[in-house]
Amino acid sequence: MEQLDTLVQSAAADFAAVSEPAKLEEAKARYLGKEGSLTALLKGLGKLPAEERKAAGVAINAAKEKVEGALQARREALRESALEAQLAAEALDVTLPGRGRGLGGLHPVTRSLERIEQLFRSIGFEVADGPEIETDWHNFTALNTPEKHPARSMHDTFYLLSDDGRVREDVLLRTHTSPVQIRAMLAHVEKYKHLDPMPEIRVICPGRVYRVDSDATHSPMFHQVEGLWVGEGVSFADLKGVVADFLRRFFESDDMKVRFRPSFFPFTEPSAEIDVAFQSGPLEGRWLEIAGCGMVHPNVLRFGGIDPERYTGFAFGMGPDRLTMLRYGIGDLRLFFDGDLRFLSQFK
Amino acid sequence: MQFPESWLRSLVDPPLSTVDLCHLLTMAGLEVEEMAPVAPPFSQVVVGHILSAEKHPDADRLKLCSVDTGEHGVLQIVCGAPNAAAGMKVPCALVGARLPDLEIRRAKVRGIESSGMLCSARELGLSQDHSGLLDLPADTPVGADVRQVMGLDDHLITLKLTPNRADCLSLTGIAREVAALTGAPLTLPEVAPVPPVHDETRGVVLDAPGHCPRYCGRIVRDVNAAAPSPAWMRQRLERAGVRSISALVDVTNYVMLELGQPLHAFDDARLTGAIHVRLPEPGEKLLLLNEQTVEPAADTALIADEARALAMAGIMGGEESGITLETRDLFLESAFFSPESIAGKARALGFSSDASYRYERGVDFMLQRRAIERATRLILDICGGRPGPVVETVAEDCLPRRAPVRLRAARAARVIGIPITGAQIGQLIEGMGFPFALEGQGEAAVFTVTPPSWRFDIAIEEDLIEELARLHGYDNIPARAPRAPLVMMPQAEAKRGPMALRRAVAARDYHEVVNFSFVEAAWEADFCGNIAPITLANPIASQMAVMRTSLIGGLVGNLAFNRKRQTERVRVFEIGRAFRKSTGDGPVPGFDQPLLLAGLCAGPASPEQWGLPARTVDFFDAKGDVEALFPPGALRFTKTAHPALHPGRAAAILLDGRHVGAIGELHPRWAQKYELGGAPVVFELDLADVLATPMPEFQEVSRYPAVVRDIALVVPQAVPVRALLDALESGAPAIVKAVQLFDLYQGKGLEPGQKSLAFRVVMQDTSRTLEDREVEAAVQSLVEAARREFGASLRG
Repeated sequence: MEQLDTLVQSAAADFAAVSEPAKLEEAKARYLGKEGSLTALLKGLGKLPAEERKAAGVAINAAKEKVEGALQARREALRESALEAQLAAEALDVTLPGRGRGLGGLHPVTRSLERIEQLFRSIGFEVADGPEIETDWHNFTALNTPEKHPARSMHDTFYLLSDDGRVREDVLLRTHTSPVQIRAMLAHVEKYKHLDPMPEIRVICPGRVYRVDSDATHSPMFHQVEGLWVGEGVSFADLKGVVADFLRRFFESDDMKVRFRPSFFPFTEPSAEIDVAFQSGPLEGRWLEIAGCGMVHPNVLRFGGIDPERYTGFAFGMGPDRLTMLRYGIGDLRLFFDGDLRFLSQFK
Repeated sequence: MQFPESWLRSLVDPPLSTVDLCHLLTMAGLEVEEMAPVAPPFSQVVVGHILSAEKHPDADRLKLCSVDTGEHGVLQIVCGAPNAAAGMKVPCALVGARLPDLEIRRAKVRGIESSGMLCSARELGLSQDHSGLLDLPADTPVGADVRQVMGLDDHLITLKLTPNRADCLSLTGIAREVAALTGAPLTLPEVAPVPPVHDETRGVVLDAPGHCPRYCGRIVRDVNAAAPSPAWMRQRLERAGVRSISALVDVTNYVMLELGQPLHAFDDARLTGAIHVRLPEPGEKLLLLNEQTVEPAADTALIADEARALAMAGIMGGEESGITLETRDLFLESAFFSPESIAGKARALGFSSDASYRYERGVDFMLQRRAIERATRLILDICGGRPGPVVETVAEDCLPRRAPVRLRAARAARVIGIPITGAQIGQLIEGMGFPFALEGQGEAAVFTVTPPSWRFDIAIEEDLIEELARLHGYDNIPARAPRAPLVMMPQAEAKRGPMALRRAVAARDYHEVVNFSFVEAAWEADFCGNIAPITLANPIASQMAVMRTSLIGGLVGNLAFNRKRQTERVRVFEIGRAFRKSTGDGPVPGFDQPLLLAGLCAGPASPEQWGLPARTVDFFDAKGDVEALFPPGALRFTKTAHPALHPGRAAAILLDGRHVGAIGELHPRWAQKYELGGAPVVFELDLADVLATPMPEFQEVSRYPAVVRDIALVVPQAVPVRALLDALESGAPAIVKAVQLFDLYQGKGLEPGQKSLAFRVVMQDTSRTLEDREVEAAVQSLVEAARREFGASLRG
């Protein structure tokens, strides 16, 4: 019996001593193989006297189980350490940058336009679009602009040449997005001519506009967003509500001060300039002119095919370029039109 | 319109601080653009009378002055001013005075006690003049506070007036407005008719009464044109931004600022016979006061006598008939010229005058006589002279009309959005001094208002509603969240908005740019082959002279700009309009203005990194970006010629057989010309087509296994893959679900001029498992089709 214990201990020691699976199998053979010592003991059972044979068989088998157990445990351990070694070898420098593609971005003014569209859509405005080469009629006449108004001069408005080189007076580059008001009204009236009352018009028109002007604060091409709400009983108080609400939401500034100041535009009456004042930040407390607005002039409603006695409306026009400059603290308007990636890539 | 606060307060003086007064004006629509004190704060500066000025014993350039300062005694002051001299009256800062830049203390200057400082204009912060002491008029009272005698506790207010408020281009007009807004009493200067002392007159004939329906003229004899303007008038003019010139000119300017009526003074000795207001004769020329010789347009009214043209009516006087310091007899003109007559005339000649600025916006047509009397009085007071009678010539028919305007209380309440009562309205209109009649009351009240002669902006009900809103105060109108019926808006699934598209393009690593719609003509020629572009009549610069028909030029410009700033990798896109001549109708006939999407990529295919082999972006990168914007397989690309693009690397983009755009590598010629350092790949698409996102079409998913076979076909190099694919797909049996190119090989092992294309063929049926036999037959039929159409052989 002692011999068996020694055998088990020696097998366990042999197994523990090897560190490679092949060597372990060799060690196994020494005990459990055909010529192995345990196998030999089992074979020798037959030579024992019958009364000893049973007890010896039990003892040898117990020893064999122990050896097999030690073998199995050692196999596991070796597999485990082999895996660990493999994993260690496979380890990455996880701080290396990812292999992603680059990511572009929207123009900062487009970001503002997207916000503007979302905010107005949330109260039921649609987005309309209009041509940038516009007729004089849509851009001026239908907006109640007098024939000799200075805005109509070549100092202020871009005109086109005809094929024979003369200045055309019937078309121009639109100086504001307001002509889209006229187009939106005419289209709306046509679309709903079978309905009484006409459904309300709630529309904003973002787009590019053009004026003969170029310096640090003026670009010959810039953006504007026009808004128009026409219905039965739309009032100046509604205008104040919508525009003030918009400005506070746009700048995410509930305490922003908004004031409406009487002004003059040919296409609205009463008219107002809108000033805002931030309550914190570098521009704190200063009134900044940000938009023009007013009740749509009855002549303009008439040009749009709408009865001003029955329907009233308000319109506003604001500069998303300026809104964007204020929002991000950008000082120079020209950055918007340079296409400088060092600037644009800041807006992802 | 600039003026000193004190002048306004002499006419109306509400109990408001300067700041509050400015706020009141701004919030009434007379925007205060600027408000600044006339002088910075300083104290204890009095009028000193220099009794003697002697050389400082120890300093050559200093003087020892004995200065009488009235109740503050006679002071000994050391002074370095070169003009210090006995007899002068100058500002004297007493010990303890605080000047803008320093505080005055008793001091010893080169050993001599000095008790104060004599001041230059700059030391008081009044101007930059530091040439010597500020010389005060001889009659200035000694010892008086300098701020008081010079009127320095005053502010300059500059209004930015809207074009409808010409009535506020005078102190009287602004005062009238302030009185209406505050209820403070209005005290206008007393103007009494000046009785004539002789009966000499000059006849006036209104040959163009539409241009000039009222003309008042008066001869004043024996004036002293060289008399100095009084200090108070000079000060008011200067603080209103008008330079003092001579007494007669100053008076006409003063009355214009005070009342709003432009005046003109002729040298009567240079006039011949009656005055005519007439249109020019053909070719007639006139030398103006600004030394410009003009040939007035046919619809420009002139002031003429019987010999010649004298002045451009309401715009500018003529050089040859104007007054001088030698003028003895003058002919004074106070006329009403209609806004339509004056509008745009001065601008067309490249200048503006105070008179034309006022006339084209509207001058009170009842003001002429009052103004000529006021001016006569001032002239007589300053220059002496003997006035004749005023001759007033009127064409009543041609004067502006002031038709009564109806104002309904209910309408006003509806437009403004506040419950405003008839009684409130009545009060507000009365405050403006507009005569009115009233019918009904409460909501049903209807006012019939007659606009005054000085207001040219009140013709319809809304004009009055605006007045009400203004006087009520925009601040007092609530900001209300409007109510509207909630109706959901249509939302088409088969269309995305431009914003969603922008996000998709940006996600493929392009930055959005916004480029000008006007470009240089060369871009149109080079990139579009367009030699007859839409041309601006008045471009801001020659490189912004024509309207673009493509966005590619702008993107190439962006590339050049960024390359000059060491940015190698440039990937940009723009969504914007192109402008083309057309014969079609459209919103603006004659012009097609489609929205386009264009992109450009150049430089390394990936951002600088360690994990990918570096390579330059190429045609197929950009093509992949374009394809990703459309449903899979929707686009076809065919070889094309395009003026901007490399002839072998350019493709037209087709969607459902329609041409929707182009893609390609920029022509190396342009890459060189525009110094791009390597040609970028560009693409351009019609926006409308990219915005369409067709509804997905569901197809049953097969429960039976798919069979995959690879075939490699050898074809001549010139055979386009697309053509081969078309041949394979068009003749394929129904079980063939997909044929995909997975390898392209050319080179060793192939005949020269041949290429090998490897396709993976996926076959499947939704109702059963395919049998080997039909799979083999299907592959055979594909190979056969390729052999038939392109002579393809299976690669061994």
